[in-house]
Amino acid sequence: MNGAEVVLECLRREGVEVVFGYPGGAVIPLYDALHKVDIRHILVRHEQGAALMAGGYARASGQVGVCIATSGPGVTNLVTGIADAYMDSIPIVCLTGQVPRPLIGKDSFQEIDATGITLPVVKHSYLVRDLAELPQVIAEAFHIARTGRPGPVLVDIPKDVQLEAFQGSLEVDRATLRSKQPAAEPDGASLAAAAELLNQAVRPTLYVGGGALASGATAELLAFAEAADIPVTWTLMGKGAFPEDHRLAVGMIGMHGAAYANYALTRCDVMLTVGARFDDRVTGKLATFAPEAKVIHIDVDRAELGKNRWPLVGVEGDLKTVLQRLLPRVQRHPERAAWVTQVQDWKAQHPLVPHRVKETGEIRPQHLLEQLNRLTGGQAIVSTDVGQHQMWAAQFYRPAEPRLWLTSGGAGTMGFGLPAAIGAWFARPGRANWLVTGDGSLQMNIQELAVAVLERVPVKVLLINNGYLGMVRQWQELFHGRNYSETWLSTVATPESPRISPDFVKLFEAYGAVGRRVFDDADVEEAMAWAAAVDGPALVEFVVHDEENVWPMVPAGGDTAAPILEPEGVDA
Amino acid sequence: MSSLNGSGPRTRSHTISVEVENRPGVLTRVAGLFARRGYNIESLAVSTTERPDTSRMTIVVDADDAVLSQICRQVGKLIDVKAVNDNTDVAVVARELALLKVACGSADRPELIQFCDVFRARIVDLAEGEMIIEVTGNRPKIDAFIKLLDKFAIIEMARTGEILLARGLQDT
Ligand SMILES: Cc1cc2nc3c(=O)[nH]c(=O)nc-3n(C[C@H](O)[C@H](O)[C@H](O)COP(=O)(O)OP(=O)(O)OC[C@H]3O[C@@H](n4cnc5c(N)ncnc54)[C@H](O)[C@@H]3O)c2cc1C
Ligand SMILES: Cc1ncc(C[n+]2csc(CCOP(=O)(O)OP(=O)(O)O)c2C)c(N)n1
Ligand SMILES: [Mg+2]
Repeated sequence: MNGAEVVLECLRREGVEVVFGYPGGAVIPLYDALHKVDIRHILVRHEQGAALMAGGYARASGQVGVCIATSGPGVTNLVTGIADAYMDSIPIVCLTGQVPRPLIGKDSFQEIDATGITLPVVKHSYLVRDLAELPQVIAEAFHIARTGRPGPVLVDIPKDVQLEAFQGSLEVDRATLRSKQPAAEPDGASLAAAAELLNQAVRPTLYVGGGALASGATAELLAFAEAADIPVTWTLMGKGAFPEDHRLAVGMIGMHGAAYANYALTRCDVMLTVGARFDDRVTGKLATFAPEAKVIHIDVDRAELGKNRWPLVGVEGDLKTVLQRLLPRVQRHPERAAWVTQVQDWKAQHPLVPHRVKETGEIRPQHLLEQLNRLTGGQAIVSTDVGQHQMWAAQFYRPAEPRLWLTSGGAGTMGFGLPAAIGAWFARPGRANWLVTGDGSLQMNIQELAVAVLERVPVKVLLINNGYLGMVRQWQELFHGRNYSETWLSTVATPESPRISPDFVKLFEAYGAVGRRVFDDADVEEAMAWAAAVDGPALVEFVVHDEENVWPMVPAGGDTAAPILEPEGVDA
Repeated sequence: MSSLNGSGPRTRSHTISVEVENRPGVLTRVAGLFARRGYNIESLAVSTTERPDTSRMTIVVDADDAVLSQICRQVGKLIDVKAVNDNTDVAVVARELALLKVACGSADRPELIQFCDVFRARIVDLAEGEMIIEVTGNRPKIDAFIKLLDKFAIIEMARTGEILLARGLQDT
């Protein structure tokens, strides 16, 4: 058994069934051994796709995603996908080849300091210098990726280590694996303080983040919110943790959250922040963010407690456990019902408008997402790219379960969507699988369409084509005097620019998939149903109004309590 | 934690002790974290300890209470870090060593030697027109000594950065 075979056997022992990768000189031994074990390899077309597929796999399943790349440009191509996982606390393990040990440090062919270049965006990393430690390293890499606050771990393995004959034992003493996680039992005094503060609250609001999904705490969250009668708001990453049609469900908060959700969050007397990290896209200007709210913050990472906002009570621990411990201690405050009613009133007064169609038949993007929701019943895995389409999807798609909503929040990685959707398919094959993307983002990892076609991944691509890098154009419109500097993409023909590139439908056809372009709102329903019925990947491209904006909006650094609502006179 | 609520931006020097596993790259991880998160390092000393698998990094930072707490918690998250202790309000023995090459003619010598006596500094090299002085002590003492030598020309200087151990049975 050589080092490469050790790697694969260790992967198998970790329960890995599928890996996403791309070969090269420094991982040839790994690829040589690949087909000796029962692990499926998905050959990507760009290493960024491999890292993002591993991320999509992890997001959809909660299991560690795995990707492989060669040294040098192979690993540099992974970096964006690793950073994406890091920012959203997603567990992935990246295996990279390195030049043989004697060549390290000599600027050898395709030598890049992999652990160095990824240092700021990994939870941990290894350069394996000694074959004997390989089983321990791989086991620990998985352990670190999935425990505590999840995140990406990189294992860099020199080629000569992969080729060396292995004499030792594959058994690993799991008790010796390192990781940073809080004590299994949360601190009793903090729990008591949290319960006491919460029980006095007249206007409490829950602020639910991605940590609720990471913790698998959705059942506990539901029981808790109901027991204490607390309205529930969520971040972009917390979508799916709480049923959106529930009586206590409010909506997404933050820059493009619903106005009523931001009102509920900023006017509460006690804010219960669970598995969320007071991101600036949520808080706007920190100094004016809910100044009167007393904060209870529950997080598995104690560094989050007080990083941006000092909590009155901080509880360090896994959310699932903490909520289980808190549940018997909380009561319904008699005056709370009025607050719940107030929040529901706000919701009725400032609804998110799914925009009526114009007489011209021009398609409104919000309407597309409403339709997707209706078609799928919220049961589909919906991956998004980054931009306006992402925000409309967040506003109007209502996932029926956890881990159906896959989006790049912290890094905002354009090009995330297609690989994430493909990765998710391997985690949950058989699930309806939609990608909501933009004409800019789709071009960032379009090469992975080959994977969808060849591996028979029936991803349905809902392309909202506004001809623009729309999210940037919106900022240019609102804050830079409509100076649309370098944001027009020419993916839609206009009288001024009649040439288009690319023609997405032909592009899909070139890859061996199918596609349709739709201009008229009357055809939306039928086109989506067509795509859903296609046996394989399919594109439905909707050409929409080019200057549509995302509302409401809290400008960067603005006051979350006072979002800009859709301007009067915009034809709703 | 709530006591830190509303703590102002008043910063001061803190000495934190970071016990790390002796693994390649560990220094880069800690230093990289400081750089990335914008924490100010005043000095950093790395040394072996009583255990061969462990090193100690003694780091002096300039921070307010909230930032100090963030530093300790963020550093504490690194897998190779075994323990982080803020030694600011703990009884410690703290030492730093400085070497100073000072220009001095024979006329200045008696005064310099007198200064060195007061600070228990030692003259470790003497050449035509210059000498090298070695001084140890805690940071304030060394700062004071250097200030005193300002009236002579300091040609070159090197400081080790402060190291410390907590007194008595307290862990550092
Ligand atoms: C174009 C664009 C616009 C955006 N607009 C918005 C917006 O309007 N609103 C919005 O909310 N976001 C928006 N975002 C996303 C935003 O940038 C952040 O990614 C997001 O707000 C962070 O979500 P979160 O606080 O849930 O944290 P996450 O990044 O999901 O972090 C999870 C937290 O949970 C903790 N955790 C993990 N596991 C556990 C566990 N087991 N138990 C307890 N805690 C755990 C982690 O330590 C961490 O603190 C936007 C992004 C883009 C790209
Ligand atoms: C890799 C990357 N580069 C640049 C950006 C900045 N950016 C954010 S949104 C956006 C526009 C996205 O355009 P498109 O995919 O067409 O979506 P739209 O906003 O038009 O719906 C850009 C350029 C980014 N988020 N990611
Ligand atoms: Mg666009």
